[in-house]
Amino acid sequence: MTRLHWSPGPAAAPAPPVGKAAGSAANGLNGRIPEGPIADKWSNHKFDVKLVNPANKRKFRIVVVGSGLAGASAAATLGELGYAVTMITFHDSPRRAHSIAAQGGINAAKNYRNDGDSVHRLFYDTIKGGDYRAREANVYRLAELSVNIIDQCVAQGVPFAREYGGLLDNRSFGGAQVSRTFYARGQTGQQLLLGAYQALARQVHLGNVELHERTEMLDLVIKDGRAVGVVTRNLVSGAVRSFSGHAVVLATGGYSNVFFLSTNAMASNVTAIWRAHKRGAYMANPCFTQIHPTCIPASDDFQSKLTLMSESLRNDGRIWVPKEFGDERPPNQIPEEERDYYLERRYPAFGNLVPRDVASRAAKHEVDAGRGVGPQKNGVYLDLSTAIARVGRDVIDERYDNLMQMYERITGEDPYVAPMRIYPAVHYTMGGLWVDYNLMSNVPGLYVLGEANFSDHGANRLGASALMQGLADGYFILPNTIGDGLAPLLGEDPVPTDDPAFAEVESAVSDQVKQMLSVKGTRSVDWFHRELGKIMWDDCGMARSAESLEKAIAEIPELRSEFWRNVRVLGENESFNQSLEKAGRVADFLEFGELLCRDALHREESCGGHFRVEHQTEDGEALRHDDEFSYVAAWEHTGDHAQPALHKEALEFEYAHPSQRSYK
Amino acid sequence: MKVTLNVWRQRSPNDGGSFQIYEVDEVSPDMSFLELFDVLNEQLIEKGEEPVAFDHDCREGICGSCSMMINGRAHGPESGTATCQLHMRKFEDGATITVEPWRANAFPIIKDLVVDRSAFDRIVEAGGYITAPTGTASEANLILVPKEVSDAAMDAAACIGCGACVAACPNGAAQLFTAAKIQHLNLLPQGQPERWSRVIDMVDTMEEFFGSCTNHRECEAVCPKEISIDFIALMNRDYIRAQFKQRRLTGQKS
Repeated sequence: MTRLHWSPGPAAAPAPPVGKAAGSAANGLNGRIPEGPIADKWSNHKFDVKLVNPANKRKFRIVVVGSGLAGASAAATLGELGYAVTMITFHDSPRRAHSIAAQGGINAAKNYRNDGDSVHRLFYDTIKGGDYRAREANVYRLAELSVNIIDQCVAQGVPFAREYGGLLDNRSFGGAQVSRTFYARGQTGQQLLLGAYQALARQVHLGNVELHERTEMLDLVIKDGRAVGVVTRNLVSGAVRSFSGHAVVLATGGYSNVFFLSTNAMASNVTAIWRAHKRGAYMANPCFTQIHPTCIPASDDFQSKLTLMSESLRNDGRIWVPKEFGDERPPNQIPEEERDYYLERRYPAFGNLVPRDVASRAAKHEVDAGRGVGPQKNGVYLDLSTAIARVGRDVIDERYDNLMQMYERITGEDPYVAPMRIYPAVHYTMGGLWVDYNLMSNVPGLYVLGEANFSDHGANRLGASALMQGLADGYFILPNTIGDGLAPLLGEDPVPTDDPAFAEVESAVSDQVKQMLSVKGTRSVDWFHRELGKIMWDDCGMARSAESLEKAIAEIPELRSEFWRNVRVLGENESFNQSLEKAGRVADFLEFGELLCRDALHREESCGGHFRVEHQTEDGEALRHDDEFSYVAAWEHTGDHAQPALHKEALEFEYAHPSQRSYK
Repeated sequence: MKVTLNVWRQRSPNDGGSFQIYEVDEVSPDMSFLELFDVLNEQLIEKGEEPVAFDHDCREGICGSCSMMINGRAHGPESGTATCQLHMRKFEDGATITVEPWRANAFPIIKDLVVDRSAFDRIVEAGGYITAPTGTASEANLILVPKEVSDAAMDAAACIGCGACVAACPNGAAQLFTAAKIQHLNLLPQGQPERWSRVIDMVDTMEEFFGSCTNHRECEAVCPKEISIDFIALMNRDYIRAQFKQRRLTGQKS
């Protein structure tokens, strides 16, 4: 088989050299973790960073890309502080961002339940849940800030669930042994995003934030080693336009859609962070992808995306398959003793609440063994009948009503009559652009927040922690750290958008658009996306091997090359053209997917969401190799036809000592 | 299954536009309505025709992007359901289905089935927030909110901003959207300090863009989140009371 290299697409303007300020210490990457005991690091750091005087803040312009929890909360807070903010979103309104779809809840170490929770326990659980592949200092800060997030959101009017006495309600959630999850019915993400969006809307009204909707970032502009702005395409008119600032903040979400079928929204993509990567930002741990255990199984080949059922259902639901292979009986007719509650059997201590990666692999194990249920034999049962018998249907209704309705709408089956069918699907990506403790990438002036960065979840994210991280980054961390990078720039104007640095990137963006329209091939953009998804899911999904990854690394470049020879994008640039939008995103997935597989191939261990079949215990559990792989793998783009270069940031564990996870 | 689609095509905001008829074979009853459009678009691309533009994103009924008028009803025949969660099993084999964009003066058409709903953002920017700059919040449990109040606020806050209420209204009014946004905040204790200015500012902004309410209740009938028009009554009550409030004395601008 001929090995093809990087895309023969339009050559991007060569990336200028990137400053070495943040990144490369002699012994690998330096995350610039503050000194001192872990509980004091954040307070000490806030004292140590440079500040921008209130009167000077308005002299700084910050470009924020992405309007989900991280982007909206950052833009609103930076606007409140007095900075001049430009907000770029490809949605028609900031409130559409995919954070809105998070169902289950948000963790906070409030210990309202008096059940032994603390900042330290949330820190410890997050490090352990992430299989010891996250930075201790970042995770501790996240746990510390979790309590402020709840205070902030309540003050904004987020209608969290309440007890009858008027106090906030909590529940336990996916893998936690304490009840620390705050929620707003099954729509927690929606309500938190509306809170951040409303705060943003206030700043737009006050003139502190300039809002550009239906505007997609297509490249990053770097001058003299600093990020100085972005180049965008207006999705309605096709106009290419640059935005300049003293700093650029990417809060553009995760890359689950590289798998085609995922629970992410249709437009979620890797483009912003991939283009930044190609301009010099390091991509960290891209192989850390999370498969969510409780999604509705695919019904047919037309399936365009998968739907998540909140894993809060695992609090009350018992997961089982028939003991008998190929048992065709309806679930209600299978007697108790002929059901295998395999999670309760294999993990007596945690049972149905084992972490996501463990629950997902266990479901795959059952389905692969031939005990799958449903018309396509591609699911397992999630059964609420025991809970309904215990607490009554009213209580279950109150807890999960919208989920039950959603399930019935999608499958046409009543979950009160027959148990739900679930199966794992790609849901979240822990990897992303590498950032230091200030959330700045190795490119000075480029900050990365939320799911787009790699920071806090290690190799696996705990349930109800994504919302926490997005809001911690946006409300509390970036507004306190960005001054450190801005203060030395006082007195400098942003680079004007007619500077050659912008012109060069603008023409590269326009050239790529023209190129995609001019191929006039025979295959639709979706066809390429589906093919890529098949490769990624089969060869780099829930279980990965050197063999499957090498196969994927050989196949993806061929598909990429075919894309540039044979894609069919109709219509023109100068109008609203969804095929063209999507073509650009798929083109980037076709490059990024290969890096994801390369990272997975290089990481010769299993940890969290990354499971290499060669590295498992006798019981089939993930086997880490701490002596060799206790580091963050940050990849540097070295050219369109070259192998990426690996930089390592060593991880040290002073407070949470690595142990093999056991949920038995 | 097999269906015939009668779809509104319009190249740009100022073009005339017209209905086009398309046949789609091999429709699966488990397919969602938007997946039907995915299949249609693949067919069109195959034939070298431009695909139909439509807004969509999360496809699980929460982002509020999807916006199709299906056989004259916003979001189609199934109540309490956004277009993305409507499935083909709700249609007869061989059915002819007419699909149009939201039709309202305040929502100009961008292309085909895509409209500009940014007027909704202007309403929220006018006052649809509680002023609580980051860092100012007190301990969360110091604010007690009776469960009933919190639940009612949540009922209003469930609005996804899709615009079906406007599309269904013969007057193109946005009362249900605006009321949901106002009452989510006005019902809560945290929302009280800005209650009267909020309702005035938001209602006045709404009226710059949208028509007036004459109690048709079409909005409630099509709302995918089944938001009650009781919130409109509460908004109207707050609006009238706000006119008589000594707002300067309650600490609010007058």
